[in-house]
Amino acid sequence: MLEVQDLCVELGGASVLRGITATFRPGTVTAICGPNGAGKSTLLAALAGLLPAASGKVLLDGEALSAIPARQRARAIGYLPQAGEVAWNLSVEALATLGRLPHGDSDIQAVHAALEATGMAGFAQRPIATLSGGEKARALLARVLASGPRWILADEPLAALDLGHQLAMLRHLRSAAQGGVGVVLVLHDLPLAMNHADHVLVLDGGALHASGPPEVALSPDTIGQVWKTRARWLGEPGTRALSIS
Amino acid sequence: MTRPVLLFTLLLAIALPLSLLAGRVWIDPAATPNAALIVMELRLPRGLLAIVIGAGLGASGAAMQGYLRNPLADPGLFGIAPGAALGAVMALWLGLASGLLLPLFALVGAGGAMALLALIAGRSGGIALFTLAGMMIASLAGALTSLAISMAPNAFAMSEIVSWLMGALTDRSWNDVWLAAPLTLAGIGVLMLAGKSLDALTLGEAAARSLGINPARLRWAMIVGTGLAVGSGVAVAGIIGFVGLIVPHLVRPLTDGRPSRLIAPSALAGALLVLVADMVCRILPLVSELRLGIALSLIGAPFFLWLLLKMRRELA
Repeated sequence: MLEVQDLCVELGGASVLRGITATFRPGTVTAICGPNGAGKSTLLAALAGLLPAASGKVLLDGEALSAIPARQRARAIGYLPQAGEVAWNLSVEALATLGRLPHGDSDIQAVHAALEATGMAGFAQRPIATLSGGEKARALLARVLASGPRWILADEPLAALDLGHQLAMLRHLRSAAQGGVGVVLVLHDLPLAMNHADHVLVLDGGALHASGPPEVALSPDTIGQVWKTRARWLGEPGTRALSIS
Repeated sequence: MTRPVLLFTLLLAIALPLSLLAGRVWIDPAATPNAALIVMELRLPRGLLAIVIGAGLGASGAAMQGYLRNPLADPGLFGIAPGAALGAVMALWLGLASGLLLPLFALVGAGGAMALLALIAGRSGGIALFTLAGMMIASLAGALTSLAISMAPNAFAMSEIVSWLMGALTDRSWNDVWLAAPLTLAGIGVLMLAGKSLDALTLGEAAARSLGINPARLRWAMIVGTGLAVGSGVAVAGIIGFVGLIVPHLVRPLTDGRPSRLIAPSALAGALLVLVADMVCRILPLVSELRLGIALSLIGAPFFLWLLLKMRRELA
């Protein structure tokens, strides 16, 4: 269980998150939604233990995240930042092996299982620079999976991907969740959050505006208040489309 | 042991004996008078010193490039070597250049430059800020060095400073080896221990921290490791440029690209480059021996330009 209790985070003196309380469950996919500047990435980084809390706390299985040694935390929580930076032209396999750093080994079986799970096994020896955006995103996800984390926190993992790769990525994340991993995603795309998340948090101006199953948290009322857009959902649950008027 | 490590070890094993024979006087072990004396007291310490200094520069360059995630990083660009040189020049200026004092001054200078760098730009980790801060420290150290030269107490001190700055391994003794080798090796050791953290940094600073890397500890490892490896080299040989830049570039394609895999082969290749360059300096039929620092800059500067052109083409 990953929890935040009355969490406040300040960046450069500015209050970015104000009094967030939420619970994240293993085996589920949670989407964090909100307009630009709402504090989504900040919340994700705080969940990953990368930002200090100004007040309140982040708890992993009831224990304060800040009190857990960095290596131990790194084995439990895999964090995929938005930029997808890879400084050197590593092979896909070498990139995925970086996920083993918190374990201090280079367990080749875990690495290959991760490449297999993301459909990258055939690319193991390919240099990163030769991959397409979608392949690179899968290679970076394989890096996170290779450490065998209990939590995957990904910041806009679908942002730069085409429709097919978005769905493939969501499939990989869902299968991780089915294996018991808690998945937390920052998502801009509301229909993707609506159709693929089990739980949605809506942030607005650093505060939690709504939380619940997607049909509840992303109600047309909420979308109107938070995104200042009149919209309604079309279709059936699971295949919803957003109609904007 | 990886393949590049084996390759460069082998090449070093060939180059070192050759460098003992090569020079103004080519040694024929059977015929040359005092052959053993020349080899043991002149050429062996000089060759070993070239290996030590080159190894320190190569390893530091590899680690710096990994740390800054930038293939243009060089310990010289970031104020460490200029800082060390300033320290050594102060020792010469104050007339305290005897025994351990000059290298100690150089180490203080190198450490000071790195500490200043960490103080200004280490916290945020931004590459642009780090680079600019380093270049400012380098120019500040350079300006202070020029000031020391222009205000030299006498002509002898001035020429001593100027010629020391050019970098050379001429007439170095075992004392210099005993001074530089342990410090440089300790520095390389520190950098190699930081290798895994540098690997994690490939994914950016946030991802590296999420992998359990402690940025403060890594920063200190870089400061101490590079300070020792480069500072002690500058202390006994003056400024030897471009090795730290070129060598990791030449070696990187032979590795899988992970910074941790680059440090050891870069140390060996740096040793090889400096050893061979110093040998060439001795052999060239010039009136006075070409200074090693000049020779390497003559090779290094065009290489750097070529690198920039290549990067420009890749970016275009």
